[in-house]
Amino acid sequence: MTTIEAADPVIQLKNLSKTYGDFTAVDRLNLNIYPGEIFGLLGPNGAGKTTTILMMLGLTEPVSGEAIVCGVDATRNPMQVKRKVGYMPDDVGFYEDRSALDNLVYTANLNRIPEPEAKSRAMTLLERVGLAEAAYKRTGTFSRGMRQRLGLADVLIKNPRVIILDEPTLGIDPEGVRELLALIRDLSRNEGLTVLLSSHHLHQVQQICDRVGLFVQGKLIASGDIDTLSRQLDGSPAYRIELDVSPWSESLASALRGLEGVTDVQIKVGAELADASRLSSSDIVTIVVSGTSDVTAELAKTAISTGASLFGVRPLRYGLDDIYHRYFEGGETRERLG
Amino acid sequence: MSAWVNKWRGLLGKTWRKTDAPSAAVREPRAASPFWVMVEKEFGEHIRSWRFVILLGIVTLACIGSLYTAVTALKDGAQTVGGDANFLFLSMFTVSSSGLPSFLTFLSFLAPLIGIAIGFDAVNSERSKGTLSRVMSQPVHRDDFLVAKFVAGLLLIAVVVYSLGFLVMGTGLYTIGYPPTPEEVGRVIVMLLITTVYVGLWLNLSLLFSVKFKQAATSALSGIAVWIFFLVFYGMIVNLIGNALMPGDPSDVQGYMDAQNLLTLLSRISPAQLFQEAASTLLLPDVRTLNPFVTQEQAYLAISSPLSFGQSALLVWPHIVALIAETSLSFAATYLLFMRQEIRSRS
Repeated sequence: MTTIEAADPVIQLKNLSKTYGDFTAVDRLNLNIYPGEIFGLLGPNGAGKTTTILMMLGLTEPVSGEAIVCGVDATRNPMQVKRKVGYMPDDVGFYEDRSALDNLVYTANLNRIPEPEAKSRAMTLLERVGLAEAAYKRTGTFSRGMRQRLGLADVLIKNPRVIILDEPTLGIDPEGVRELLALIRDLSRNEGLTVLLSSHHLHQVQQICDRVGLFVQGKLIASGDIDTLSRQLDGSPAYRIELDVSPWSESLASALRGLEGVTDVQIKVGAELADASRLSSSDIVTIVVSGTSDVTAELAKTAISTGASLFGVRPLRYGLDDIYHRYFEGGETRERLG
Repeated sequence: MSAWVNKWRGLLGKTWRKTDAPSAAVREPRAASPFWVMVEKEFGEHIRSWRFVILLGIVTLACIGSLYTAVTALKDGAQTVGGDANFLFLSMFTVSSSGLPSFLTFLSFLAPLIGIAIGFDAVNSERSKGTLSRVMSQPVHRDDFLVAKFVAGLLLIAVVVYSLGFLVMGTGLYTIGYPPTPEEVGRVIVMLLITTVYVGLWLNLSLLFSVKFKQAATSALSGIAVWIFFLVFYGMIVNLIGNALMPGDPSDVQGYMDAQNLLTLLSRISPAQLFQEAASTLLLPDVRTLNPFVTQEQAYLAISSPLSFGQSALLVWPHIVALIAETSLSFAATYLLFMRQEIRSRS
């Protein structure tokens, strides 16, 4: 086995395609994932995320193209790949009559880890994912969140170099999601694991991913870090600031528009009183100011000097939600970028 | 040809690599191979399951019942048969009295049930519980998974069948106080082996259904349907065909024989028939032939004595081969189906 240099991608997909009859699940996918990064595969249901993952593990054969994982062709040598890659399927299941520890030891044994070592490693991992006190409980009694955490331990017991998590946060409560994501980030940062996770929960992915890839109808339509994506989104102004002011008046609007660097001032669409003419003077209005430079301080100064009260100032970045909407629902945007 | 060469090359390559990397070679023997880990786990899972306890209960009850009948029948019949102590021990497995069936009948009736009960949810329950994709993502060959299911089931069946057989032998020995000859022990052991193969066939069929159907209930029902078909309806259908085929002219001997031969062939497609014939031939040394037609000369010239063990075995050898062939066929079907399926979580 050759050692892989840091610059070489751990996962390399080249023109990967998969069709089921007439339906194209994955369409000529090219993707590189580098060591130590957390990559989020984002896309709506049925976009081909799981199929892609299955091809990376050699569990499904691609129609054309190749998936190279840790320098090994996953279609030809799935065993070597599966030794180095931990995979947690979405809605992971365990043998319900056995304890959590038994389940982990079984996985370890399948990976040819001898019994005593398997046991100690399983206990360490259970502690790590916060299930130490449930080690001897039957997994049939576990809640969804516990199962997901046990799944993470199960993935880690073989000491993988890459872990692939399919919808790891699905169906867990917010606190559980937070803990799980913290755990994943911790693993990646402290142990240099490469993590690939798929999700359609945007804000969760946003929290921990270094890079994300947007996946629609079997095609990767964009990839990069979130800043790159939001810049890629449209030729929009680099800075956007949200202001909560009261009372709102046309004079304030023109004063703000007059500032240097401000390109646009708009009342936030979607606020329940979007129609400016019906605003009464006491309501707090949220406006979005777009600019070519950071004008936050000037905006605040201007607003106060015109006699309005300022309730909030927030610099805006495109969240993944916006990106998601733009990409997945704006048909013409997709064509433009795709 | 080239495939063979490649295979050998692959084998050579493997051994070469092993010597090349001593660290891997040293590591190997420390941990069991994943295949045996799976077999061990399956076996343990079966033994701990309620289903197995219930099955064992039914089968044990059946054995005790048949043993009781056999012993009472032997006590009553000892006078009427008149001192023919030949193969008295074997008759414990075949003799029945007043309504209750013999051990052999019980076995041929319950064996399919054991096989179906062990295999019907082997694959689809793993699929629906989401464990299949987890196991498959470990460094495990896909076929190992299926073979492990089969081997574990067969091991379990062998243990059950042999322990029941020996239990009946032991209890019988204790009750009638008449020791078996080595030949009789041999006959019983081979009969139990055939039973194991027969149950293995049903295990395979139910494995096939468990791969084919996503719902465990559907798979169990299909298994039971096939069982009932062979138990009840197959004989009827063969009879119907037989009635249609029999020549109208009673003097047409050749026609009669052809029709009868065809019927025998048809009825021997049924594994139940194969098992019944094979097992009873082994347990009843007096059975000299399984052919329905014996000419006058053959009957006249035949030595009127029981067959030796070797000759009995020879007589049922085709049956054993046919049973194994049917088992292999259904395993091949299961294998093909499973290898072509895509493994996704819970679907």
